[in-house]
Amino acid sequence: MTATVARPPRMARTRPPRSVGRLISRWALPVLTALAIGYLLIPVMVMIVFSFNDYQGKFNFIWNGFTIDGWLHPFEWPGLPGSITNSLLIAFVSTAVSTVLGTLMGLALTRYDFRGRGPMNALIFLPMATPEIVMGSSLLTLFIGSALPPLNGVIPRGTFYPLGLQTILIAHIMFNISYVVVTVKARVAGFDRHLEEAAMDLGADEWTTFRKVTLPLILPGVIAAALLAFSLSIDDFVITNFVSGTTNTFPIWVWGIIKNALPVQINIVGTIIFVLAVGGVALSTLRGGGAAPTRIR
Amino acid sequence: MAAAPFLLLAPGTLWLLIFFVWPTLQMLLMSVSTGSLDDGYQVTGSLDAYGTAISRFPKQFGNSLLYGGAATVLDFLIGFPVAYTVAFRGGRYKNLLLFLVIAPFFTSFLIRTISWKTLLGDEGPLLGFLKHSLGVLPAEFTVTGTSFAVVAGITYNFLPFMILPLYVALEKIDPALIEAANDLYASRWQAFRRVTFPLALPGVFAGSILTFIPALGDYVNATLLGNPQTQMIGNVILSRYLTLNDYPLAAALSFILMAGIIVAVTIYARFLGTEQLTG
Repeated sequence: MTATVARPPRMARTRPPRSVGRLISRWALPVLTALAIGYLLIPVMVMIVFSFNDYQGKFNFIWNGFTIDGWLHPFEWPGLPGSITNSLLIAFVSTAVSTVLGTLMGLALTRYDFRGRGPMNALIFLPMATPEIVMGSSLLTLFIGSALPPLNGVIPRGTFYPLGLQTILIAHIMFNISYVVVTVKARVAGFDRHLEEAAMDLGADEWTTFRKVTLPLILPGVIAAALLAFSLSIDDFVITNFVSGTTNTFPIWVWGIIKNALPVQINIVGTIIFVLAVGGVALSTLRGGGAAPTRIR
Repeated sequence: MAAAPFLLLAPGTLWLLIFFVWPTLQMLLMSVSTGSLDDGYQVTGSLDAYGTAISRFPKQFGNSLLYGGAATVLDFLIGFPVAYTVAFRGGRYKNLLLFLVIAPFFTSFLIRTISWKTLLGDEGPLLGFLKHSLGVLPAEFTVTGTSFAVVAGITYNFLPFMILPLYVALEKIDPALIEAANDLYASRWQAFRRVTFPLALPGVFAGSILTFIPALGDYVNATLLGNPQTQMIGNVILSRYLTLNDYPLAAALSFILMAGIIVAVTIYARFLGTEQLTG
């Protein structure tokens, strides 16, 4: 081989598509993508369409004609309003607590060099790599164990057992922390430390620097983390099912009722959640808040 | 300010230690205990629960591996072309396409699975139409209550977990590298196999463990879309904990599931040569 091998003419690239590879790339990939996205959206469409079903009997499974009757009574089913209130309460509180705890951890891990970072990262990664069913069942083991010897003398009754809102909150904060840390870390990683040093040089104390410089810079990451935590919490079923006892959240209520009935209210509440979530994302995208790299001026 | 990082870390770390690490240890202790809910449990070091777990539920462990594995492979086969198309051809529609991929997450996981049950039901919109309007299927044809429906449900529910990491990995690839391969006489396929795919391996790794882990522990799809023969290990763990209160056995089953996943992920990481577990 010599160094003067002639390159093929560049125009070779603009030939009409003939090879199988080109056919795949031009037609098959877009078609496949459209089909896959259709597959992902079908159940959402079924949910919305069947919220208008005038179904017969107890189960909303078979299409029987259009009606808006269900939508006139969107929450009218025993236990439904209470379960939604619980879901919202748990989602707000667990989001607030896990966002604060996770943001502090994210800041510490990206900004300081200290011994023990490895084990720390492992501790944060493990809950995300553990199946939910294992986390749910191990928490339940602890909570039940707190009511049995030898722990029943140490842990007062009412902290972990009987199960209830507080045990659901404990679990939701636990699985949310890791996701918050990872999201905030991604944001803090690309952040210019000199801005903080500048603030300190200009006489700002630690707290003022944090409030006026650090927090505004990482805020988009913190908001993204909080949104993620909220959506994980409000939709969680597997872990909650283990630690809820007799307390209902919306998914737990659905799980309980579908053995005996499938009321249209399930589709309606599902549709409302979907519309609110999509609307929220659309709004935040239009306002351009989330993705702006630096908003400090 | 040597104490600062520790003060920032302390609250979250304590929460994880008390409510993640401690329960895991408590479960390990429970799995080697004997006793009953009335008399309390004694840690005796007995491995009976593990023996029972392995000898009595091979079918459910097998179902979990089979369905979880099949769903992960299917998700990869569906997800890779999608991620590739969005990453390299998305253009200005990239964000819209990604939004459509995660849109199912804006409804509850349970409701999506119930929707599949509605859609695939014997007299549902799909089968009812094929049976009565078109007459192409016999009236007794059924999809729900089969292992096919369970795998389809799992594949559906975890598909976005596969697409997103694949997309992130593919999106990062510098197109100049692929052009360079083409300039050096690589065919499209060779460039894909020797350049694009190896660079996407971290995404393949992340996507497949993010899909496989929840799929392996799932019990919702098997309950809603399957039959008693298609029960997975998650169904057994759930009923042993919540219905039968057989805690040592339930803890042993849960522990085997966790240990199995750790071993599988480690082997897989070695196999792919990817150590980017934490990203």
